[in-house]
Amino acid sequence: MAEAATATRPETATRQPLLAVRNLEAWYGESHVLHGVNFNVFPGEVVTLLGRNGAGKTTTLKSVMGILTKRKGSVVFQGKELMHAPARYIAREGIAFCPEERGIFSSLSVEENLMLPPQVKPGGMSVEQIFDLFPNLKERLNSQGTKLSGGEQQMLAIGRILRTGAKMLLLDEPTEGLAPVIIQHIGRTIAQLKNEGFTIVLVEQNFRFASTVADRHYVVDQGRVVDEIANADIEANLEKLHAYLGV
Amino acid sequence: MFELLGIPPQALFGQLLLGLINGSFYAILSLGLAVIFGLLNIINFTHGAQYMFGAFVAWMLLTYGGLGYWWALILVPIIVGITGIIIERLLIARLYHLDHLYGLLLTFGLALIIQGLLRNQYGISGLPYAIPPQLAGGQNLGFMFLPNYRGWVVVASLIVCFGTWFVIEKTRLGAYLRAATENPTLVGAFGINVPRMITLTYGFGVALAAFAGVLAAPIYSVNPNMGADLIIVVFAVVVIGGMGSILGAIITGFGLGLVEGLTKVFYPEASSVVIFVIMAIVLLFKPAGLFGRTA
Repeated sequence: MAEAATATRPETATRQPLLAVRNLEAWYGESHVLHGVNFNVFPGEVVTLLGRNGAGKTTTLKSVMGILTKRKGSVVFQGKELMHAPARYIAREGIAFCPEERGIFSSLSVEENLMLPPQVKPGGMSVEQIFDLFPNLKERLNSQGTKLSGGEQQMLAIGRILRTGAKMLLLDEPTEGLAPVIIQHIGRTIAQLKNEGFTIVLVEQNFRFASTVADRHYVVDQGRVVDEIANADIEANLEKLHAYLGV
Repeated sequence: MFELLGIPPQALFGQLLLGLINGSFYAILSLGLAVIFGLLNIINFTHGAQYMFGAFVAWMLLTYGGLGYWWALILVPIIVGITGIIIERLLIARLYHLDHLYGLLLTFGLALIIQGLLRNQYGISGLPYAIPPQLAGGQNLGFMFLPNYRGWVVVASLIVCFGTWFVIEKTRLGAYLRAATENPTLVGAFGINVPRMITLTYGFGVALAAFAGVLAAPIYSVNPNMGADLIIVVFAVVVIGGMGSILGAIITGFGLGLVEGLTKVFYPEASSVVIFVIMAIVLLFKPAGLFGRTA
């Protein structure tokens, strides 16, 4: 598989990956969920992890982030091994995580939610820039965080990690359960963030959406990365994808 | 002179003041319990002993160090708060992954140890602690006589309670605390040091108890059982207000103090059980407490 990646994208062979995940295994209690996940993310890329429900996509993000602590293998970010670091340390290295359930705090106002994650690196977005991306948030600053609509909560969940200066974003199913017009908004936002130099790992079930924003796709199945598809080749691989995703 | 339902106003206002004083202690202590429970998910049974220890440390500072009341008010919360931090790091921190019951047993055991040590050393007859000279005497308000020190206790506890409420509900630090109470894992994934926050929160809750102990020293005699007697009522207050609700703990604390005072005026026989009766009723109709959030 590593050879395949080099063949399809020769320029990646000479670049250092920003994030390199090797033989990542993880457990929920006794249950062994990841069985050796391997993937690379290069600077400025948008990469998706595609796969069915329960394939291990979310677990992969949580293990990279150090939220899941029962894990082994190797996660190297900017040349640093993060496997034995706690989540707060990994965050301070410049990786930001947006959870699937969005994680908006109900006892905090929208503004408090937005300002909660501390700055970990210089060069984060200003609050004004975040309002440019998500104008809805500006009008609801004093509302209770969980009083927002699902789409607004998702925007808040993405918006608040843009302030921190982290340049690597892990987004877990940001389009789940949202109306098509909001999904388009999120898609445009991801494209804009890529233009501004963010590197993004996106967990998706919806490969139609994924194909509008991503450079490459990794297919996750039963706790392993089983395939890698460049976005340009996605049409040619439709049948294979349907088989993987069971759609 | 007017009378209310056949009760002379001196008696009524006197009991209301007493209720307000008790309410001040209920409020500070239940506030500390609520803050600790919110973040640590531990019911701190050592709280009463830490309140009592605060009174003892004030007495020790005066007796062995010559440091008076005002010094005690500042130093005792710091000293006892540090002992709390040590207890959290050394003992409580090992229990977070276990059932609530273990934390309850540990803190209850610690309370017994602290009480036993002080009882062994100082007996149970109680040690006197004088009212600071600046607060001696009192004011005749016409309808009642207000001892200055008691007025000060009410004012000081109001300041501390609403200061704490303000920090938790209105500041950045408080937002971290509220967020970590809801979802510590995610707050940690934002780069915030949650374990340190937990330790400091426990230290702060314990410092509140110790502060209440210093306030109490000149009113009640300093003795090893003063916390054990009070803490049972405070737990009832916390249950009525709702575990983990900051404003609920404060309002319920003062409110139940007043209810208790009024009961002493109108039906003294019920005054020692009225809070528990209210607790039973609240549990029947609003199991999460008056201010508690139902999940």
